[in-house]
Amino acid sequence: MKAKIALEDGRIFEGSSFGATGERFGEVVFNTSMAGYQEILTDPSYKGQIVTMTYPLIGNYGVNSEDVESRKPFVEGFVVKECSRIVSNWRSQKSLDDYLQENNIMGIEGIDTRALTRHIRLQGAMRAVLSTEDLDDKSLVKKAKSSQGLVGRDLVKEVACGQTYGWSNQKPDPPLVGVPGNQVPDTRNQKTDVTAVPACAGVSLRETDRFEVIVVDCGVKYNILRSLVNLGCHVVVVPAKTTAEQILKMKPDGLLLSNGPGDPAGVPYVVETVKQLIYQSSTANYKLPIMGICLGHQMLGLALGGKTYKLKFGHHGANHPVKDLKTGKVAITVQNHGFCVRMGEKTEKKYYMVGNEDIEITHINLNDGTCEGMRHRTLPVFSVQFHPEASPGPHDAQYLFGEFVDLMRIKM
Amino acid sequence: MPKRTDIKKILIIGSGPIVIGQACEFDYSGTQACKVLKSEGFKVILLNSNPATIMTDPAIADRTYIEPITPEVVEEIVKEEKPDAILPTLGGQTALNVTVAVAERGIDVEVIGASIQSIKKAEDRGLFKKAMKRIGLDLPESDKAYNLKEAFEVVERIGFPVIIRPSFTLGGIGGGVANNREEFKEVAERGLEASMINEILIEESIVGWKEFELEVMRDLKDNVVIICSIENFDPMGIHTGDSITVAPAQTLTDKEYQKMRDAAISCIREIGVETGGSNIQFAVNPDDGRMVIIEMNPRVSRSSALASKATGFPIAKIAAKLAIGYTLDEIPNDITKKTPACFEPTIDYCVVKIPRFTFEKFPEADSSLTTSMKSVGEAMAIGRTFKEALQKGLRSLEVGVSGLEDLSCEVSNESLEENLRIPNAERVFYIKYALKEGMSLNEIYELTKIDKWFLHNIKQIVELESQLSALRIQDSVDLLRRAKEYGFSDKQLGRLLGMDESRIYKFRKEKGIVPTFKSVDTCGAEFEAFTPYYYSTYEAEDESRM
Repeated sequence: MKAKIALEDGRIFEGSSFGATGERFGEVVFNTSMAGYQEILTDPSYKGQIVTMTYPLIGNYGVNSEDVESRKPFVEGFVVKECSRIVSNWRSQKSLDDYLQENNIMGIEGIDTRALTRHIRLQGAMRAVLSTEDLDDKSLVKKAKSSQGLVGRDLVKEVACGQTYGWSNQKPDPPLVGVPGNQVPDTRNQKTDVTAVPACAGVSLRETDRFEVIVVDCGVKYNILRSLVNLGCHVVVVPAKTTAEQILKMKPDGLLLSNGPGDPAGVPYVVETVKQLIYQSSTANYKLPIMGICLGHQMLGLALGGKTYKLKFGHHGANHPVKDLKTGKVAITVQNHGFCVRMGEKTEKKYYMVGNEDIEITHINLNDGTCEGMRHRTLPVFSVQFHPEASPGPHDAQYLFGEFVDLMRIKM
Repeated sequence: MPKRTDIKKILIIGSGPIVIGQACEFDYSGTQACKVLKSEGFKVILLNSNPATIMTDPAIADRTYIEPITPEVVEEIVKEEKPDAILPTLGGQTALNVTVAVAERGIDVEVIGASIQSIKKAEDRGLFKKAMKRIGLDLPESDKAYNLKEAFEVVERIGFPVIIRPSFTLGGIGGGVANNREEFKEVAERGLEASMINEILIEESIVGWKEFELEVMRDLKDNVVIICSIENFDPMGIHTGDSITVAPAQTLTDKEYQKMRDAAISCIREIGVETGGSNIQFAVNPDDGRMVIIEMNPRVSRSSALASKATGFPIAKIAAKLAIGYTLDEIPNDITKKTPACFEPTIDYCVVKIPRFTFEKFPEADSSLTTSMKSVGEAMAIGRTFKEALQKGLRSLEVGVSGLEDLSCEVSNESLEENLRIPNAERVFYIKYALKEGMSLNEIYELTKIDKWFLHNIKQIVELESQLSALRIQDSVDLLRRAKEYGFSDKQLGRLLGMDESRIYKFRKEKGIVPTFKSVDTCGAEFEAFTPYYYSTYEAEDESRM
């Protein structure tokens, strides 16, 4: 069926639809990963966005039930050059077309995705509409213009869990080979509670001697949970609205602020929670180790007095070089964000976050020099803008979960 | 880390004559290296026995020795020139072998790029196997033998079919597959003779598995990046040089690809290639995903040349810079200028390489394809789809076809099956023939073990052909556009629509079906490209700048 994607600045692309039909709105962004479309589709951070894949041949290996990053796909729309009509992989269970149809996600193919990508690079990420119902260019552009953007919007509430839940490593990745810090005990057979329990209903976490990590779910990717469990952590995922008081009552060994969609300014309640936790940490003996990832990193930045801003077209891909300023080593990282924490000019050979000189910048993007990671000078608090959990993408930054565990170990 | 200042004079060893199994790719890489080192202020001494190369042009090196590439000659040159270092990783297997031999003669010159120890570890099958086991990588079951008696003992244990690989050769010369005792005796004898040290490896056959390659680079700070992944159209059992290959990998999920990437990184670290590029080959069982490592070349290779052209990342040039101490984050990406070379290229097109054979010049030669390389060249094509790149590539072979055309003769069922089962230079055309005859994808897969994704793409070409040939040209505008997107030439279309090539050209131009040019920019259009090169395709937007 004929379909069109119209951008708010008047640019139109025509193709044919696959997956669901209808009309969808979102900010159109591009992702440069050559594989991993299933993980991308199910990454809750893409809520509110229409994703264009720069690699033209998508769907080749089908879809399976293991490579999911959340309970369902969250992209608003999916734009490709060619969606494969045949799937070829020993784990494949269905075609991408069927999968999107089942999940009511619209796809469009036959698009000059390179032209669309260049347009976004030059003009910036922008609002768009994808439609099989309305093919009138003028009307579509008008619709795109009047659709909601991402700035200031709370998309977290649309993707995050409503209930606390535990996690067992039920969908393990194949074990990673030769990744430092990853020769870990196999916890796959250990029984952990997977059934959802009501939010913070007095869940006692002190039942084993493993580290107890609370994950604040703003749209967490499953592989963050898998990575923590692989390192021997016991993981409890709590809703984004959980308060500082509720979290402290659970006496966790560490807290992880998850990734999630959209603008950190759209979730002031989580920022407030983080602010209180850090205040508690700096005044009490109980210094809670905190790790932030992506949106978690941005929320931490705001909670610590920093500023965030929107990038022209964001970072979405699996090949971003990030330098660890401590070791000088470069990791090829996975990224998916449209907003960024502002960092200051270099002072005394170091970079600090704008707004708080206690926050040292630890990682920098080698492509554009933006802030990729930071840590608190005195508290066990650090965060990264990229995705150490990978999935899809390289495992180079997995070591950061090890550093988080080390912080919890030191604290004890 | 900045450039090393403790070395001033570097001896580069070239690859010698062009033979089957080793074409001009090392002339390209060696020339790049000479240029880089000279521009960095090093004095470059070159040894290459082949005067018919760019590399041996007087302007390329400071001093060029056109002498046989033997340990004795290298020793003489070292005495005469007193270089501070030898760079052997850009001259193919020949350069590596001679460097090992030189070191064994006790000549003490620093080897940069890869150490003697790492060359041995990668090339010696036993050492390689031990090293890979140590880092937890899976390999096909295997053992080595130094004479025929030992060889038979090993094969008793492993069982047929097996692959025989001689150690220390180039282009896999002397190797082969054996399905029974008679074949085994023949191949084993030949292999023992071909090996420089009379050693062969007898290996569990993974013929029919999917074959992949990764091009990996590492610097002195231990940063490792993957430049390109390559998936072979032809399954295991055919030398990569004789296979149709495709970049990037098409049928791996991210989970599988990352597992391969992790394995490649631990492999280059374990082998100890400190700087430069390596090529690492893997096989994947299509039925259960079991991944085994096949081999690693601790140097730039034929595939590096392909990967460089396919991605826009100049592997040989960067490898030379890494050898003299630079790290990846210090080297700018030539194409984007603003971003560093320390990244992994992403491509937004499909690349297909097709080998070129000249069996007509060797009438006595067995024209079936095996683990010994028989092709004499190759064509590489870029398209937005596999179908487009495949047809462009076939056209570029200059074997008289202008795309995926029909075989010129009728084929009996028996002969068809045989030509699908036994790999040969025309197999892709037999696949088309089989599809037109109504053979199912499954049947073709069982005979060829070529992944169904590739077969299906060929089927789409066949289907489009039959749709087109049923139409009059006036009614075919949409299909004609699609045909151009599928890589059909006007000549092919003329034949299908029963008219002259020039009329097709005129007609489609009138209808606005004209090529567009897209750039190869290493980054999938994420950054502005300053020195890109272009490929033609049929898309909405043209990027070429006049």
